[in-house]
Amino acid sequence: MPEIYDVVVIGAGVVGTAVARLLSHQHLEVALLDAGPDIGAGTSKANTAILHTGFDATPGSIESRLVARGYALLNDYAPTAGIAIEPIGALLVAWDDEQAASLNTSAEKAVANGYLGASLIDAQSVYELEPQLASGARGAMVVPDEFIIDPWSTPLAFAKEAIANGVAWLPNHSVTKLDRSHDITVISTAEQHTLRARCVVNAAGLHSDDVHALFGLTGFTVRPRRGELIVFDKLARSLLAHTILPVPTSHTKGVLVAPTVFGNVMLGPTADDIDDKTATSSTRAGIDALLAKGQRILPALLHEEVTAVYAGLRAATQHSDYQISHDPTLGYVCLGGIRSTGLTASMALAEETLALLQQCGLVATPKAPDELRSIRVTNLGEAFERPYQRGSSGAIVCHCERTTRDEIVEACTVAPAATTLDGIRRRTRALSGRCQGFYCSAEVCALAANASGKPMTDWLGNQ
Amino acid sequence: MTAASNSSVDVAIIGGGPAGLSAALALHQLGITNVVVLERETQAGGAPRHTEHLGYGIRDLHRVTTGQRYAAELRKRVNAAGITVRTATTAVDWLDDTTLQIADTTGLSTIAARCVVLATGVRERPRAARLVAGDRGAGIFTTGSLQQLTANHHQRPGKRAVIVGAEHVSFSAVLTLRHAGCDVIAMVTPLPRHQSYAALRVATATRHRVPIITGTNIAEIHGRKRVEAVTLTNGHRIECDTVVFTGDWIPDNELARRGDIDIDIASRSPIVDGSWRTNRRGVFAIGNLIHPAEPADICALDGRNVASAVAGWMATNNWPTDPLRIVVENPISWISPGAVQPRAAAALKHFTLRVSEPVADATICVTQNGTVLWRSRRPRRLVPNRSISISASWLTKVDPAGSDINVALNVSVAVEERLR
Repeated sequence: MPEIYDVVVIGAGVVGTAVARLLSHQHLEVALLDAGPDIGAGTSKANTAILHTGFDATPGSIESRLVARGYALLNDYAPTAGIAIEPIGALLVAWDDEQAASLNTSAEKAVANGYLGASLIDAQSVYELEPQLASGARGAMVVPDEFIIDPWSTPLAFAKEAIANGVAWLPNHSVTKLDRSHDITVISTAEQHTLRARCVVNAAGLHSDDVHALFGLTGFTVRPRRGELIVFDKLARSLLAHTILPVPTSHTKGVLVAPTVFGNVMLGPTADDIDDKTATSSTRAGIDALLAKGQRILPALLHEEVTAVYAGLRAATQHSDYQISHDPTLGYVCLGGIRSTGLTASMALAEETLALLQQCGLVATPKAPDELRSIRVTNLGEAFERPYQRGSSGAIVCHCERTTRDEIVEACTVAPAATTLDGIRRRTRALSGRCQGFYCSAEVCALAANASGKPMTDWLGNQ
Repeated sequence: MTAASNSSVDVAIIGGGPAGLSAALALHQLGITNVVVLERETQAGGAPRHTEHLGYGIRDLHRVTTGQRYAAELRKRVNAAGITVRTATTAVDWLDDTTLQIADTTGLSTIAARCVVLATGVRERPRAARLVAGDRGAGIFTTGSLQQLTANHHQRPGKRAVIVGAEHVSFSAVLTLRHAGCDVIAMVTPLPRHQSYAALRVATATRHRVPIITGTNIAEIHGRKRVEAVTLTNGHRIECDTVVFTGDWIPDNELARRGDIDIDIASRSPIVDGSWRTNRRGVFAIGNLIHPAEPADICALDGRNVASAVAGWMATNNWPTDPLRIVVENPISWISPGAVQPRAAAALKHFTLRVSEPVADATICVTQNGTVLWRSRRPRRLVPNRSISISASWLTKVDPAGSDINVALNVSVAVEERLR
C-alpha cells in the first residue's frame, strides 16, 4: 500500500469501477473502495440493463452528452471484454391518443439529442414486428440502436481490468470522514482504516450526497427511487423481439418489457420515491401493478413462470440532471445523482472524471500500450458461446442457467472475488434461474466453500 | 480437451430418477438394450437421493426404505443390467423429432434416438414464482434445496423455521428440519386444512408440536441480510430465521416445451395419451413430469409400464395422432394422462386427478357426448394436493368417433371446513 494514493475512488458500482479502470491506464496509484463486500452490488446490480442511445434525454443536458458518448465507448469495449450486448432495438409503443400524439415529440427530441436513427411506424407495422403485443397499439417509434447489455459483467470487467493494472481493491471500507489539509485528504472508515489521497472521486451512488457532505458540501440530496422488477422464465423470451418502451407523457411513468441478455424477459420498473436507502424489498402493490401493466402490454407473458422478483434503488436527486462537480482545492470530483443511465454513461463519466481530476492538478501520464494488461470476463450472454457448450469446464452445476463447476470456482477465486452467493450469481448466472436454487444452491455453496476456504455457513448467510 | 462424440441409440431416456431408471430396467427386460439414460446431475437416482427418512419403494420394490437407499437400489439394478447411464449430461434441445443436442463435460454433441422418453421430473415453485413480497435475505429455501443442504452437506439451515404449505412434502420438510436441529414454528396453508394423511400429520406436526395455520398464506418476508420474520395474509407476524416453501409443484417441462409438445394449462405437464405418447412423434413422457407430484414409487411404475408402449412403437412404427382430449371441470384442476387413444390398447390402469378445493361426498363422472361412461361416488373427502385415482376401465366404452371426454364432480355437499 502506498503512503499516499494519487486517487481514491469511493464506490465500486458501474461508475466507480469505470473510473478506476480508466485511471489504471495512467501512471497513478489508485484505490477503489466500497462500503460493501463486492463491486456492482448497489444500484448497479438491479437496473433495466439497457444500452441507451439517449434519444429521450433532456437535450443539452450533461446526461444527454455523456450517455451518447458512453454508448459509443461501451459498445466498442463490451465485445473485447466479454460483456454481452444484443442489438435488438426498441419500440416506443403508443396505446392511446395522447401517447400517439407525443410520439412526434419523442421523435423530435431524439433528433435534438443527436440521435438520427429513430422512425415512426403505424399500428400494422407494430404487430408485424411484435405479433404477441396486446391489441390496441396505435403506432410506435422504432429505436433500432437501443440495445440490451449484461449489467453484472460490465462493472466486473471494469474492476477486473483496473485490478490487473494495479488498482488496489478495498472492499468493506465505509467512508466516515474526509479531512483535507496540505493538499492531502485523509480518509477514515467505519472499519478503522485510514488512507491518504491527493484526490478523491465520489462515485458513491445512493450515498453520493453523504460523501459530498463529508467535505461540508451541499447542493443535492439523494432521494432513492425504488424500481421493482419482475423477471420471467426463459420460455417467455420467444414472445418478443424488441424492448417495448413506454411513451413518456406528462403524467405517466410507464414500465417497459425487455428481453435480457440472459435469455429472460423483464417487466418493470415501478418508480416510488422513498426515504430509506436500503429499502430494496419488493411490495405486494408493486408486484400487482407490474402484473397489471404486463397484462396490458404482452398478455401471454403472464402465462409464463416468474423467475425472480426484485427491487433496485436509483440515485435520484431533486435535480433532473447528473450532479457532476469538481473542487481543485479539495482535490475532489463528485459524480452524484447518476441514475439508471449510468450503466450506459459509465465510460464517458470516467473520461469526464479524468479531465476534471487534471483540472484539480492531478498529473496523469498514460501508460504505454505494452504496459497495459487487458482482461476478459466469462461471457454470460445467451446469444454467445458459454463454457458448458465448449466443454472442459467441469459438469454443469446450475442447470437452469447452465453454469459449470469451473465458472463457480473462478468466481470465488479470481479478483475481485465473490464473497456472497449473490456475488456468485452476478458473475456466473448460477442460482438466478427458474428453480432459484432448488437443485443447486447446496452444491454451489459447497463448491464456494471449498474454493474460498470459507465455511459453508458463511456462504449460507448463517449467523 | 476430448472432442464430444455423437451417438445413436434405440431409446434415449431423459432423466435418471425413479421413472427414468425404472423405464430403462423394464426395457432391458423386454430385450431392448440399446438404451441410454441421460442424467444431468453427477449421480443418478433423482430427488429421493436427498431424503433420509422412510417412505420409499413400497409399491415398486415392495419394501419400505429411505430415499437415499431407494435411489441406491435403483442405481444398483441398472448397473447390474449393464444399462448405460450418462451422468453430468444435459439434454439441451431437439435437432429433429427424436434427435437431441446434449451437453456434457466435453461440450456439445448429439444423440440420435428412435424413441425418446422424457422423465425430467418436477420441482417446487420457489419464492419468486409465488410472488411473495418483501426482503431477499438468507434463509429462504424450498424443500428440495433444504434437503440437499442437510442430507448431502450436513448443514444446519437455521434455528426457527416457518413452512409454507401443508401437503405431504411439507411434513417431510418438518422431519428434515427437526433432524437438522431447526425448530419449526408453524406451517402455513391458504387451504382450510392440511392436505396430508392424518397419520403423517400426527407423526410429524403433532409429534413435534407444530401448529398448522390454515386459511392464510405468507404475505411478506422481512430481514435484509437474514430472514427475521414473516407476515401472514391474516396480518400476524411470526419471528423466524428460515422460511421453507414446500410443494406447489411445477414440472421440469423446458425440454418438452422446446419440442412443441402440448402442455396442460393447469398442471403444466406434457399431455400424453394412455400409452404415455406425447403429440411429438416418438416421444413419450412419464413420471412426475406428467403428474406433479406423486411419490417416487408411482413414478417408477410409470417407468415400468411405458416399456411395452415403447416396444410397440419400435415394432410397428405406428404413432397415432389426434387423441381424444380429456376435459376437466372445476374443481378438478387436472387429470393425467390428459388424452386417450380409444382404438389403441393401453397399458394404463388408472388416471390421476387433483382438485383445487376440498370436496366432500362427490361423485366423479366420466362422460362423452353426454353419455356417462363411468361414475364413482367418493364418500371420503377429496383433498387438494393429494392424488385421486380413478379406474381406466371406461376406456373400452369410449366412442372413437365421439367428442372429447369430460370429467366432472357431481357434488352433493361441498364443505369449506373451518379452522379446527
